Amino acid sequence: MELFTPEVGLIFWMLIPFLIVLFILGKYAWPMIIDGVDKRARFIDDSVRSAQEANERLTSIKEEGEAILAEARKEQMRILNETNQMRSDLIEEAKKQAQLEADNILSSAQITIQKEKEDILRQVRSEIASISIEIAEKVIRENLNTTAEQENMIDRLLQEINSTGKN
Amino acid sequence: MYFKFKHIGIASLFLILFLGVAAKAEATDTELAKEQEQFNLKDMIFSHVLDAYEWHVITLPGDKHISIPLPVIVKSAERGWFVFSSSHLAHGYSYKGFQISHSDEYNGKIVEINSAGEEVRPFDISFTKNAASIVLSCTLLIIIFLSLAAGYKKDPLKGRKGIAGSLEMLTMYIYDDVIKPCVGENYRKFAPYLLTAFYFILLNNLLGLIPIFPGAANVTGNISVTLVLALITFFITNIFGNKEYWKEIFWPDVPVWLKVPIPIMPFIEILGMFTKPFALMVRLFANMLSGHFIILVLMGLIFIFANLAGNVVAGGVSVFSIAFSLFMLALDVLISFIQAYVFTMLSSIFIGLGQVKHHATH
Repeated sequence: MELFTPEVGLIFWMLIPFLIVLFILGKYAWPMIIDGVDKRARFIDDSVRSAQEANERLTSIKEEGEAILAEARKEQMRILNETNQMRSDLIEEAKKQAQLEADNILSSAQITIQKEKEDILRQVRSEIASISIEIAEKVIRENLNTTAEQENMIDRLLQEINSTGKN
Repeated sequence: MYFKFKHIGIASLFLILFLGVAAKAEATDTELAKEQEQFNLKDMIFSHVLDAYEWHVITLPGDKHISIPLPVIVKSAERGWFVFSSSHLAHGYSYKGFQISHSDEYNGKIVEINSAGEEVRPFDISFTKNAASIVLSCTLLIIIFLSLAAGYKKDPLKGRKGIAGSLEMLTMYIYDDVIKPCVGENYRKFAPYLLTAFYFILLNNLLGLIPIFPGAANVTGNISVTLVLALITFFITNIFGNKEYWKEIFWPDVPVWLKVPIPIMPFIEILGMFTKPFALMVRLFANMLSGHFIILVLMGLIFIFANLAGNVVAGGVSVFSIAFSLFMLALDVLISFIQAYVFTMLSSIFIGLGQVKHHATH
């Protein structure tokens, strides 16, 4: 039956165009298409990978930055603490110094005062003595003529004054 | 959705009208030698699925045929080469001693009467309807894929869209998921043939489904075409077959008594060398032919019922026929792809079998 018998003519007309198409497409179409798609696939892969790398690098940079920041904050805290310490130390020192100075001044002042006091006392005493003598002279000029009596009298008086002065 | 259905409705109405006219015309065309009013389903079908010397476009009312005449190239054993237009042979006319036979043996083919008065076939390489369709589809293939390739040359990194995108997807699907795994490691060498075969079959399958002029030729449902494709696969498999392939044919890994003294297994293997491409040839041929058959039979039913029971019944039957053949056409679109895919896949597997690697001894 003709449906199932191959025809030489059609075999010929099938073979020639098919081989021509095979040659042309095999040389100028399939390699281009496949290479093109491959190239694009590779490009996309590379792009994704480099994007991933960039992302990773960005994350690491961020982390690094954060670490640096944390370090800086710690340093800041340390410096602040140190300064605080230093300040309080300084104040303490100054206070001590001042105390010492004050003590010195106070003690020297006391000494001076003591001395002054003694001087004044001595002066007062001699003043009082001379005044007393004067007074006594004036009193005794009338009553006591002898020097010895006068002297005794004065000593007694002085003694009395001293004892009362000390009390 | 409404508009879509409306369009389908209009399209099918036109299809009904068109197919009605075409089939009616075809009927009158093939009935020349028979009774005028009788519709002959067999002749109608065979005139559609078989090759022809002219490309029939349409028959207008009043029995006016519009056909594209194609060159007839024949070599008479006694008189040498003849090249002339097939229009000389239309309507049963004889030209330079050649005519289209109506005998049982050479029905539809060009014959001549030799000096002994016998009807013989000359050596016939006429550029027939199927040949023209093959050249048309090959031209289309070259145009489509060269322009696609040109795009990659211009800008390989650009993403493809539309038709180029779908062709790229299909190509890479066949390349990556069929050719690569089936052929094995030498797949690059065989990819051009397998891709070309795939698209050749697919395009011709789809063109065959178009019912009007540049389509409708039954190329992949013609045994000569599938024979050539199967033979190419056969030759590639055996020419590029490696040592291991031939060893497995002549000295396969089976118990020795299966090989000596009676070479049972080598015999089976050698038989297998030929049955594989034979199966390829018959599968594609039978699948595509049956697709055409079913649609033509469904159309023919209308005219059979018109002859048997009048136009009213035929009108009812035509609704059923049209609906069912629309469904079959949709199914045939799927089959067109599946058969191209199966042919490519099996060819890849057969070629891959010729590239087997020595596997570890058990």
